[in-house]
Amino acid sequence: MTDTLAEHADPELSSGEPLIEMKDVGKTYGAIRALKGINLTVRAGEVTCVLGDNGAGKSTLIKIMAGLHPHNEGTMKVDGKEVSFSSPRESLDHGIATVYQDLAVVSLMEVWRNFFLGSELTSGKGPFATLRIADMKRIADEELRKMGVVVKDINQPIGTLSGGQRQCVAIARAVYFGARVLILDEPTAALGVKQSGVVLKYTAAARDAGLGVVFITHNPHHAYLVGNHFVILKLGQAVLDKKRADVGLDELTRQMAGGDELTELSHELQK
Amino acid sequence: MSQTTKTPPSAPAEASNRVTLGWSNRLLARPEVGALVAAIVIFIFFLIVAPAFRSPASFFTVLYQSSTIGIVAVAVGMLMIGGEFDLSAGVIVTTAGLVNAMFCYQLGINLIVGAVLSLVFSLVIGFLNGYLVVRTGIPSFLITLGTFFVLQGANLGVTKLVTGSVSTPNINQMQGYSTLDAIFASSFKIGTVTVEITVLWWFLFVALSAWILQRTRIGNWIYAVGGNADSARAVGVPVKAVKIGLFMTVSFLGWFVGMHTLYKFDTLQAGNGIGNEFLYIIAAVVGGTLLTGGFGNAIGVAIGAFIFGMTSLCIVYAGWDPNWFRAFLGVMLLLAVMVNLYVKRLSTARKVG
Repeated sequence: MTDTLAEHADPELSSGEPLIEMKDVGKTYGAIRALKGINLTVRAGEVTCVLGDNGAGKSTLIKIMAGLHPHNEGTMKVDGKEVSFSSPRESLDHGIATVYQDLAVVSLMEVWRNFFLGSELTSGKGPFATLRIADMKRIADEELRKMGVVVKDINQPIGTLSGGQRQCVAIARAVYFGARVLILDEPTAALGVKQSGVVLKYTAAARDAGLGVVFITHNPHHAYLVGNHFVILKLGQAVLDKKRADVGLDELTRQMAGGDELTELSHELQK
Repeated sequence: MSQTTKTPPSAPAEASNRVTLGWSNRLLARPEVGALVAAIVIFIFFLIVAPAFRSPASFFTVLYQSSTIGIVAVAVGMLMIGGEFDLSAGVIVTTAGLVNAMFCYQLGINLIVGAVLSLVFSLVIGFLNGYLVVRTGIPSFLITLGTFFVLQGANLGVTKLVTGSVSTPNINQMQGYSTLDAIFASSFKIGTVTVEITVLWWFLFVALSAWILQRTRIGNWIYAVGGNADSARAVGVPVKAVKIGLFMTVSFLGWFVGMHTLYKFDTLQAGNGIGNEFLYIIAAVVGGTLLTGGFGNAIGVAIGAFIFGMTSLCIVYAGWDPNWFRAFLGVMLLLAVMVNLYVKRLSTARKVG
């Protein structure tokens, strides 16, 4: 842990400071147990990778942190205070921003409207306050350029952007609005190699800026490129929980694939 | 397309690769364009075939006809942009009028009190529609279909119980009548032309709705809620409150038109309003609103209502059998849906240039 932090020491957020601490967190939906006994610490300036196959409990885990479903076992602390979120707004107010794989943006709305959705700049207060449209367009454009995303026209519907660009807009938005913890749900799942690279670069950039990043994926190769800490979930429980120094890509891949046979296959495919 | 995906990691600071789309592309991406073109074509068509249409007086009659549908359609359009339906909008209009008329007549109370009571009652119905939809997750089509039948039955049943017939007694001698008549159902002359006040109200509501949708935070939320409710919720938009608010807006404007109908005719038939809910929806769809939500605007809905008003009267002006009107409306609806689909594809397709 410390070796990575030394390289990416951050002046503002003190690196290594625990932002989210989960202890024995579990979640049941009626009679179905989705998650059990999860211990997870998200630290500033680190990428915590959560790996797992479909149905392993990754989504449930992020939904707890993002405020979509409250947990019903164990404790979750944010900045040392125990919390249980009942809405995404609460989670956002604690500086936790989630970028979802598929529901990141409203595709028929313009890029700049998406960028500011839920946190619109207005002159005046209340829901009927007038939008500062010119400012919003300018800031959205500037912020996206800073992250290297150049959109043809800030007024075009975001659905016209590529998948990678949409992810990047969503990440840029989270960072701009002061997220301290960034949860990325399968950000590279639907992307090609090149676009995945762009998204991974932003992930690293967010980490270097001192944010705590939770990177959800089922791709150990992507995880290993940016991760500081790895947790593998299987059937709602953590089967591996190691720091980067203690685990290699081979072990991650093997654990993820669930067998040597598949490890070989993944090596073959890797070529 | 390939240009869009090959984003360089470090962007050039200058706006060299900024593309301003051609006017034709930008125009086509607007929801109301199809409706505007249709309105102009129909307008010219009726100018040719219906000589009686060629006078300012009949133009304002058309505007009046349009406004009676257009006012509620403003709210129905906003609701549909927000991704929901309201089939009870037509009968709420009648319910609002009936509550006002019967409550005041039977108890001898000032009509203004009754109008306020009726407003509260309508808003409660709107709230219930919205609350049931967001609480149960049942499609609003079904919830409001239920409300539609409940109100339709209650309108007739209660009116018969109270008055012994299916219409309300005449209220034009009661206290408060002149004030309410002036607000909701008066008209004035400009030269030889009679302008009904509802036309002005209609313009006002359209302008208000356009401003809210495009320029305010709540407008942004309405588009987001209709376009992708999960995304909207995830970034902190109060999805449920927005939807309930939209249902209440529909019942508010339904109440408004109910007041107009009551004070215009002084008496109400309890069976009125049935079928109008479809006219509102047609106006919204013809005006470019997507049935699936997230796309549309107030001007488009207004043009949709104008097309309705124009055809319903001009068929009479042209001396044709007015029964053809509904067939015509059906054709318009189908055309509009197809144009919408085409425009949506065009505006969301990857732009290369």
